[in-house]
Amino acid sequence: MGELRLMKGNEAVAEAAIRAGCDGYFGYPITPQSEIMEYLMAEKPHERTGMVVLQAESETASINMLYGGAGTGKMVMTSSSSPGISLMQEGISYMAGAELPCLLVNIVRGGPGLGTIQPSQADYFQAVKGGGHGDYKMIVLAPASVQEMCDFVKLGFELSFKYRTPAFILSDGAIGQMMEKVELFDPIPRRTEAELIKQCPWAATGKPKNREHIIITSLDLDPAGQERVNLKLQAKYKIMEENEVRYETIQCDDAEYIFVAFGLSARICQKSIDLARKKGIKVGLFRPITLSPFPTKPLGEMSKRVKGILVVEMNAGQMIEDVRLSVHSDQKVEHYGRFGGIIPSPDEVVAALEQKIIGG
Amino acid sequence: MEDQVTKIDIRKDENIVYKRTDLLVDRPLSYCPGCGHGVVHRMLMETLEEMDIQDKTIGVSPVGCSVLAYDFMNIDMLGAAHGRAPALATAIKRLWPERFVFTYQGDGDLAAIGTAETIHACNRGENFVIIFINNGIYGMTGGQMAPTTLPGMRSSTSPYGRDVATMGHPLKITELIAQLPGTYYVTRQAVHTPNHVRRTKKALRKAFENQKRNTGISFIEVVSNCNSGWKMTPVQSNKWMEDNMFPFYPLGDIKVDGQLVPKKETAEKE
Repeated sequence: MGELRLMKGNEAVAEAAIRAGCDGYFGYPITPQSEIMEYLMAEKPHERTGMVVLQAESETASINMLYGGAGTGKMVMTSSSSPGISLMQEGISYMAGAELPCLLVNIVRGGPGLGTIQPSQADYFQAVKGGGHGDYKMIVLAPASVQEMCDFVKLGFELSFKYRTPAFILSDGAIGQMMEKVELFDPIPRRTEAELIKQCPWAATGKPKNREHIIITSLDLDPAGQERVNLKLQAKYKIMEENEVRYETIQCDDAEYIFVAFGLSARICQKSIDLARKKGIKVGLFRPITLSPFPTKPLGEMSKRVKGILVVEMNAGQMIEDVRLSVHSDQKVEHYGRFGGIIPSPDEVVAALEQKIIGG
Repeated sequence: MEDQVTKIDIRKDENIVYKRTDLLVDRPLSYCPGCGHGVVHRMLMETLEEMDIQDKTIGVSPVGCSVLAYDFMNIDMLGAAHGRAPALATAIKRLWPERFVFTYQGDGDLAAIGTAETIHACNRGENFVIIFINNGIYGMTGGQMAPTTLPGMRSSTSPYGRDVATMGHPLKITELIAQLPGTYYVTRQAVHTPNHVRRTKKALRKAFENQKRNTGISFIEVVSNCNSGWKMTPVQSNKWMEDNMFPFYPLGDIKVDGQLVPKKETAEKE
């Protein structure tokens, strides 16, 4: 068993980064995720593992520092919250286009605009549909606990290097701030220079005499060439869809109805299931863990066995679009959401189920 | 005529007085004939060759006329988003402290959209070299007004001349960053005559030697021409540059070994 600690979600991300063998963190302060950089600075990871931690002048600079680091094969990450992530979209698009691995963490707060500092899930579209320009997708992981905040850092780095694409943790202000017991994984040593070059032969590490020079770019002015780049990306995304879908089902075996929810909403729905079952309502939970690639097939299969689906999100209805695309058009699918930093209570979720699905 | 050398003789190793460095890729440059970019590329690559650091150098190219610099420089390179080259270089140098790192940027890239990245990388005293080509115009996009366009100077977005009352003043970013404690060597050069080319090359060597000692930013501005954007012949553009650009952007060292060079001395040198 790994080391047990009581930690905030944000602290778990930071500790997991050091233990995952991360080479560099570049970030800019923003509530409610500033503990990530504060923890890293206090831990002096440069002494623990040689990891670089730098406070950048803006989120724009942070994401471009990631581009620089990732282009040389280094394991780099940043974290921010909604407005800061918006600023990074250009850089994320460039990294997806240049096929660079990195880990991005969004501790989402209510929007639009400066919004609020309270938790929200209103950045689903931005993360899943590609917030920047061009046809690209990221691997998007949605943790529902502090444990998953820790574990998904490691998983996110693994997947981003496996597919040479940015990996994204879509969390929220509540999971970032709340404290839970975490079992930390054992530290993985940072790669040596030789290991890095072996793992990333595509990286710009300095040209030896015996190989061609390496160019990291997302530019191809020739339309035929740029179409080839796009086809290559789409082929990669298809493989991701085949191999990397992750989800969890809770009390679905006998369920007549299901909640579909991710992250914090899924935690709330677990409590709602207990309340509903006390009332004799057989409801379960389908929790997408990878929001991209979305668990379309398993959700479609499960939907055939239930009478109705309530999608619970802390937004005005974003993931519900992917749920509807996953199920038969006759299937009853409704949405319940709270916005702007309001967290729904388990009771009101049960009430919405009764009203919109069972009674509706 | 007994001493006449044949073509074959000329190609003999002992008769070669000058050749293209292997660090320049053997392909036509994308720059307009008469442009200074190609000369700076050559000086830069010769410097790396002479220091024998091709395998230890990682370069960052900008968005602008030199967006394809990575196609001509035979070293590992990254193409940055517009203005962000110093952010890339910051991370690369921090993560690879034993490598030599440089950015190659134009005036729009470095002094307009990338001003924040430029100033903060300089202020943190990052240990890389910035090569800044200032031709007072956005060349690649078709000759629009740049942050360094001179007062009264015409461009496609200041067709009646830059009116400083509404369009703002040219930004002397080189003098500005020289004030920051993180810069160690700041100089302004040119490449339109053999003498200036030699000086620029000397400056490049000094900059990369500084990087060996982790001194902080070495910043080389090259005031250059844009005959296409200025709508002149190459010869006219060099004359115009001497008459108009140099008085506003005086050539010479601005900061050496971390110490500002007194203004009088700069003036005397040129």
